[in-house]
Amino acid sequence: MMIARAIPRFVPAGPDEILRPARPWFIVVTLFFGLLLNLVPMTGLALTFKPDFLALVLLYWCIQEPRYVGVGAAWTTGLVMDVADATLFGQHAIAYAVLAYAAEYFRRRVLRFPLWQQAVQVAALLVVCAALVVLVRAVGGAPVPRWTYFVPPLVGALLWPPLTVLLQWPQRPSRSPER
Amino acid sequence: MRTTPVEPPPFFHRGPSPLTRLTFFGLLSIALMFADTRFGYLEGIRTAVAVVLYPLQRAVQVPGEAVAYVAGYFASKSDLEAENASLQASLTAQAPAAQGYPMIVDENKRLKALLDVQARYPGRATAVGVLYTGRDPFTQKLFIDKGGDSGIKPGEAVIDEAGVVGQVTRVFPHMAEVTLVTDKDHAVPVKVERNGVRSVLYGAGAGRSPELRFMPPSADLQPGDRLLTSGLDGTYPAGLAVARVATVDRDTGQIFARITCAPMAGVDRSEHLLVIGQATALPTRPSEPVEADTAKKGSRRSRRGG
Repeated sequence: MMIARAIPRFVPAGPDEILRPARPWFIVVTLFFGLLLNLVPMTGLALTFKPDFLALVLLYWCIQEPRYVGVGAAWTTGLVMDVADATLFGQHAIAYAVLAYAAEYFRRRVLRFPLWQQAVQVAALLVVCAALVVLVRAVGGAPVPRWTYFVPPLVGALLWPPLTVLLQWPQRPSRSPER
Repeated sequence: MRTTPVEPPPFFHRGPSPLTRLTFFGLLSIALMFADTRFGYLEGIRTAVAVVLYPLQRAVQVPGEAVAYVAGYFASKSDLEAENASLQASLTAQAPAAQGYPMIVDENKRLKALLDVQARYPGRATAVGVLYTGRDPFTQKLFIDKGGDSGIKPGEAVIDEAGVVGQVTRVFPHMAEVTLVTDKDHAVPVKVERNGVRSVLYGAGAGRSPELRFMPPSADLQPGDRLLTSGLDGTYPAGLAVARVATVDRDTGQIFARITCAPMAGVDRSEHLLVIGQATALPTRPSEPVEADTAKKGSRRSRRGG
């Protein structure tokens, strides 16, 4: 009974719940897992639907913990992704930096909405970032990709509610030992 | 409110504003992109980060490989028997060719000696596996599991059992990047097997068929023609199968025919590839006629002076 009370249920935090600040190592570990998920080799249809997990995790922390994760951290993470994907140096970096800036700008508004409405706003952010990458590459002479290029951002937005629940779980207040 | 903002009041110093930082990093990104595309200054950094990432990339493949291994272990007896039968059949089918091969090689050697032709194949071939396909939707690339430590060099041709897959474009210590023939910036000099017509096969990007550009509508090409490498570029050894002509659209209103091709190799499927050592160096290009060049320069200078 005590244990059942101590561990919060796996649902979104209520509007009156005050989350504890995230531990820096937890942020680093989750970003690392995002990178690992991005590195998983995929082909064909799975690749068409594969969202950018790292961008999602980054966006979550930019919104929740802007003191630790901001434009600079996002940019550095983007450079790592550029090497991993063998893309143009700076392509992911600029996209992630813009994403982090947008998150910092909109975070107070985004946090006021229930999760599924947050997901709609996240979809808009991710699509704008994807469009920015297309623009940057088009300037460099790359062909404009097919419309399926914009499927992964939408899949990413669908993953936003479960990801939020997962990442905020360790910060839920009822987990604290003094309760 | 879901969270209590734990930010200090604005009079505490928090570094430059987000917009300042975005501007700084944005400009830095653009500078990086420029340096990467125009000058290729950053290959050293790319190699360093790639070496660090390599263990991670191998680690995430372990679960998939483990599943494949276990599935392979429990492959049913009938599957194996069927595979064995088909392999036996193909072995028998290739027997005449295989038995005649030494004779043909010998004959070929003597003919080449007669013609004083240099050997085109340097003989080195490295079998490699595909690590993963590139995730950048703007380019067509894949990564193979051997690199500089196995003697792979940029520019070497990569083939599978059916034909040309692409060309090694970047080499890291333990892996290498292969640009596929379907990449937009990739071109292969080819000739038509049927009649020897020369052309260049251009990739067109993801999901689009490679094309033969700049061929007149009257060009002797038919759907189904096999295209082989011509070996004129010094990168691809001559005679490798590249593609099959799919459609020929002879619209006489246009200057050029529109010829799409389908790659012969399993460009997006093959898991086992062969890297072929660079063809022997071509003789250096003869220098431009010197007198005409200086005369032109001289006249220009005199014009500018006058």
